Amino acid sequence: MTAPATHRSAEEIGRTTQGPRPLPPLGEQRAASEPLTVDTVLPNGLRVLAVHRPAVPMVELRLRIPFAGEESTHSARAELLSTTMLTGTQRRDRVRVDTDLARVGGELDAVVDPERLSIGGSALVDGMDVLFDVLADVLTGATYPDDEVRRERERLVERITVARSQPRVIAREALQRHRYGDHPFTREMPSAEDVARVTAEDVRELHARAVLPRGSAMVLVGDIDPQRAVDAVAAAFHGWNSDRSAVELPPLPEVPGGDLLLVHRPGAVQSQIRLSAPFVSRTDPAYPALQLANLVFGGYFSSRLVENIREDKGYTYSAHSYPEFTPGGATVLVDADTASEATAPALLETRYEIARMAVVPPSESEVDSARRYAVGGLLTSTASQAGLASMLMSLAGMGLGPEWLREHPGRLQRVTVDEVAEAALRLFTPSRWTGVLVGDADRLSAPLTALGGVRLP
Amino acid sequence: MAAPQLHRFTLPNGLRVLLAPDRSAPVIAVSVHYDVGFRSEPEGRTGFAHLFEHLMFQGSESLEKLAHFRHVQGSGGSFNGSTHPDYTDYFEVLPSAALERALFLEADRMRAPRITEENLRNQVDVVKEEIRLNVLNRPYGGFPWILLPPVLYRTFANAHNGYGDFTDLEQATVEDCAAFFDTYYAPGNAVLTVAGDLDVAATTELVHRHFGDVPAREVPTRPSFAEPPPVGERRAEHVDPHAPLPALAVGYRLPDPVTELDAYLTHVVLAAVLSDGDSARLQQRLVHRDALVTEVSAGCGLFSPLDARDPDTFTVTAIFPPAVAPDRVLTALDEELERLAGDGPDADELARVTARWVAGLHREHDRLVSRTLAFGAMELLHGRAELIGELPRRIAAVTAADVAAAAKAMRPDSRAVLTVVPQGGTE
Repeated sequence: MTAPATHRSAEEIGRTTQGPRPLPPLGEQRAASEPLTVDTVLPNGLRVLAVHRPAVPMVELRLRIPFAGEESTHSARAELLSTTMLTGTQRRDRVRVDTDLARVGGELDAVVDPERLSIGGSALVDGMDVLFDVLADVLTGATYPDDEVRRERERLVERITVARSQPRVIAREALQRHRYGDHPFTREMPSAEDVARVTAEDVRELHARAVLPRGSAMVLVGDIDPQRAVDAVAAAFHGWNSDRSAVELPPLPEVPGGDLLLVHRPGAVQSQIRLSAPFVSRTDPAYPALQLANLVFGGYFSSRLVENIREDKGYTYSAHSYPEFTPGGATVLVDADTASEATAPALLETRYEIARMAVVPPSESEVDSARRYAVGGLLTSTASQAGLASMLMSLAGMGLGPEWLREHPGRLQRVTVDEVAEAALRLFTPSRWTGVLVGDADRLSAPLTALGGVRLP
Repeated sequence: MAAPQLHRFTLPNGLRVLLAPDRSAPVIAVSVHYDVGFRSEPEGRTGFAHLFEHLMFQGSESLEKLAHFRHVQGSGGSFNGSTHPDYTDYFEVLPSAALERALFLEADRMRAPRITEENLRNQVDVVKEEIRLNVLNRPYGGFPWILLPPVLYRTFANAHNGYGDFTDLEQATVEDCAAFFDTYYAPGNAVLTVAGDLDVAATTELVHRHFGDVPAREVPTRPSFAEPPPVGERRAEHVDPHAPLPALAVGYRLPDPVTELDAYLTHVVLAAVLSDGDSARLQQRLVHRDALVTEVSAGCGLFSPLDARDPDTFTVTAIFPPAVAPDRVLTALDEELERLAGDGPDADELARVTARWVAGLHREHDRLVSRTLAFGAMELLHGRAELIGELPRRIAAVTAADVAAAAKAMRPDSRAVLTVVPQGGTE
């Protein structure tokens, strides 16, 4: 490499005459102000949560409609519904939906998963009424025009093909089957064959049957007067009505621990490690302690797992351990992608760190660091309108509200080091874990057989 | 948008400092932008700027390995860094009680990073895993940011892969790192930005206290990366072992974002007219009317608009079914550009683009970390962070005639076309 004429050596660069300096202490933390909030249920059964957060002249909208279905073809119909619901109403065609939104700097987007239909959007706050009008128009009058459904069905098949070529999607689908068999919770992406058979009439029928306000929740955050925003929602959505309630997914069976499953992906140069174990919901009294135990294990960068398999061994670019909240409970998921030759060693170290959490409990400084990260993370992630709206929506999905957000720092402060150790022993018992590995079995089988606890394809 | 009052000063060692107070939430962000990106790395050392970014997290005189991460996260914050064509940024966002600590962490690695053989080898492994994750083991990896530049550009600086070849990464030495740091990471080659819940006088004092004794070093003369626009249409194919559908990327040259900012912004508007939303021209034509493509997108910059100096790239990308010949997509694109060149966008189209742009800026900058990085990048690339607040007005001033002229200049005889040949099939 062409160096400048003269430069210092690395050793000279890393040293000053003054020597190392002390880390400054933390200052006094100012509390976040309590925003004006309205949390109410409209006569049609829709829960509306509106929060005044005036930082920028925008309004953020989140709508969650429980959208579970038992039939094996439900996900194909639901997926096509979500991709076509904004393509036509009695009053607007697809282009008109977009142009009306665009004029007020607005956007709306619908996505569906096995639990819910989620509609997210935003607009300049002056255009809030237009945002509500377009959304109400879609919810009460989506027509699913034949030609739009036909075209979106073609595109959906193509997009599913692309999605299923992604290693993370392959791994996720394998993990879901391994954990839950054929449970509806596993149907995150329909098969191309099922999509091809869905008709416009099927989608219209599903909309009439399942896009319901009762049991659904809407969050609004922005430069709004919360009560006036709720009144505006009540007026705009008064025609959205049904006596029936939106369908929740029933509680999931607990994930049993057991052998990992190796899934063959020929020619892969990197493998996906995906492990899982039972966790607890946000409302469980043990949640704060388990949250901290999980952070210490692999829930943030300064965790045992990341410091081991990335910063010490260089086996992976990133490793994460995080809760997935499910109907009636939760699981914890561990993700790491690693070169084929590093896969068995990375699994060995990950198993070691799981067992070490159980038998070498987190130290006081590990717990304090995780605690400050958890408390600070709540503050920084909810400092923006969009961040707060998404957090409140995810809480509302569990029947919780802003009070949970307000009280959680206190819960985290009260957790003792002993309680974290107890939680760690419970969560990180190795026999409670299971998972999948996706990679080139021709290269992985021999070392994984040697390690044991892995079922080969 | 209500632009915050910006305060700026320069330390005697040359460090430019920008303060953007906003007391609405008790959070703070600190970023340092160094004026070196992957365009500056020498031949034989592709990926070096990014590798070096990783090494800046590996400890400094007062901080053991891992200490940086632990101090940021253990103070309730989060951190990251990223390497761009013309700059490299480092940042933290934290509860405001940690302001001085964040300044200390950035100052310590600006003054005396600890670069060791062991950490270098460790981070070469980590970066190789990053490249496997984002490029080698997935469909459309590096599309189009790695694949398109070698078709559009001729010089090494503009054409090469900023993630780097494995052989180059493996050959990087501690000596290379020392030379790179001494050359490019001088305080006079950087911008420090502090935004959020801060008091200007107190923060000014803290900045002096922590950065004041970082020794001044010579600042390198910034080279020009200019090269002439392509003569003719340059074409190339890339075989993607994982992709299931063909794709194409079309690259055009953009006006100089620094010296011809309004002309550049005209292209930002053009990109939105072409592909932003269901009513945009390419969505209507390619996705719906002709049903040629699965997805189409147009945009300025290989990563985002206003993220680089000259030369910069206007891209159009599409993914489409195997039954569609790439030239049909190109022909439809050319016809739409020609139509815009003839009639220009109508007034309502322009008004919609402006409204969405203003809204998008509000949303982006409501995130403190995005706002901080935007201020720092604008201060570094344009010398004026205030531009952020002026963008809505300048976007709104773009006329139909401007957009028509820009569309007219996007000729097939001066562009790059990269075709992705899928070999993924069903896995």
